Amino acid sequence: MERKTALYDLHLACGGKMVPFAGYLLPVQYATGIIAEHMAVRQKCGLFDVSHMGEVLCQGPAALENLNHLLTNDFTSLGDGRVRYSPMCNGQGGVVDDLLVYRVKEGCYLLVVNAANKDKDFQWMQTHQLPGAQFTDLSDTVSQLALQGPLAGEILAKLASPADIPGKYYSFVPRGTVAGVPCLISKTGYTGEDGYELYCAWEDGPRLWEALMEAGRDLGLTPCGLGARDTLRLEAAMPLYGHEMDDTITPLQAGLDFAVKLQKPEFIGRQALVDQGQPATVRVGLRVTGRGIIREHAAVYAGGRQIGHTTSGTHCPAVGPVAMALVERAYAQPGQEVEAEVRGRRVAAQVVPLPFYKREN
Amino acid sequence: MNFPQSYQYTKSHEWVLFLADGTAKIGLTDYAQDQLGDLVFVNLPMVEDPVTAGEAFGDVESVKAVADVLSPVTGKVCQINEALLDAPESINSDPYGAWFIQVEEIEEKEELLDAFAYEAYLRTLED
Repeated sequence: MERKTALYDLHLACGGKMVPFAGYLLPVQYATGIIAEHMAVRQKCGLFDVSHMGEVLCQGPAALENLNHLLTNDFTSLGDGRVRYSPMCNGQGGVVDDLLVYRVKEGCYLLVVNAANKDKDFQWMQTHQLPGAQFTDLSDTVSQLALQGPLAGEILAKLASPADIPGKYYSFVPRGTVAGVPCLISKTGYTGEDGYELYCAWEDGPRLWEALMEAGRDLGLTPCGLGARDTLRLEAAMPLYGHEMDDTITPLQAGLDFAVKLQKPEFIGRQALVDQGQPATVRVGLRVTGRGIIREHAAVYAGGRQIGHTTSGTHCPAVGPVAMALVERAYAQPGQEVEAEVRGRRVAAQVVPLPFYKREN
Repeated sequence: MNFPQSYQYTKSHEWVLFLADGTAKIGLTDYAQDQLGDLVFVNLPMVEDPVTAGEAFGDVESVKAVADVLSPVTGKVCQINEALLDAPESINSDPYGAWFIQVEEIEEKEELLDAFAYEAYLRTLED
């Protein structure tokens, strides 16, 4: 039986088409449709309920040491009020999950994990908990909204004091107020646009949603579902767990080298990643040049044989049909012509640089 | 949702419009386009291709999904709607104007529902 977020009734009132996702009933789209929602985020602003995401606190004098042991990125230099992305690997170098780490203060970090993985993640964290550190699962007590798009700042400024609005990308204000609702206000997102993610008490979610919708009404703020969330992140080439990486795909294969600090003396999976060396496959972008749409799990061919497979793909509203794929390194250069098998037919595509979409400014 | 009286419908959500010259035009119902969401790609057969009642003759893709389009009749394709290839979104905005193919030499038909029976059938899907 799927669970409901605190905003379930509001989604229905907005014409949300509810679907089961990661154990929750969430809107895949509203009455306006995925394309209109997607373009609203690119041109104006969109509001997403992402309360299904998991939140875990890591606290104690050994919290930093524990995170550096558990995660591939290095948190030693992370300052208060800053956010850093990291994969979390298993002993073989495969990815348990990818997550955001918020440093609230010394000895206190908030981890934000994927909904589909949160039970597995929490178990993994507890299994690898060090003396002097403690993990606490807050997921069921938190609502999370994402306000994304070029007008996000203008909308938020109507409801929050300037001191509560973080200025830099990947920074946050731990105890701010939006429309009277206590929130952690974070300048982060999963769309390739400027925007904010707001974490509040579970029961405050509906009040926060309604206040934001009211403040954004004249600016074209549009409620957005999971469909637009997926097309937006694909255009921005942001990896999605279960697609670009999983328990068997390493972060190096997924092109996440920037978040893997092999120079750290130790972390779970480090030895396996060092032993594997440079991966044989790499993540690339494909732009469809033939007729059709390439989705995930399509075999990719070049030079008369299979050289990889797609991990995500669809028709993206701002850039057209694109896909991401894991292919052999020799075929990863932009301009490389390939074909993907789509329900028995071959569709032509070309390797292109990632991301497919990058905001101007 | 809209279901014109002059059209007939299949349980797989295609419509068929029989014309006075013995041919038929085929498309997707308002319900089908609503379920699929924004359509972004259409794959059609060629003129002269045979189509078989109950079997796929083409497919449509929305941002989220792929669906086969089944032929309500057995016959031969005499015309395809080439404009649809460049404007799949017209299926969303005008599902009964956005025909896919026209079929001649019709030999056999699927079980077809009139507008009233199709709407009654849709109500059974809601439960």
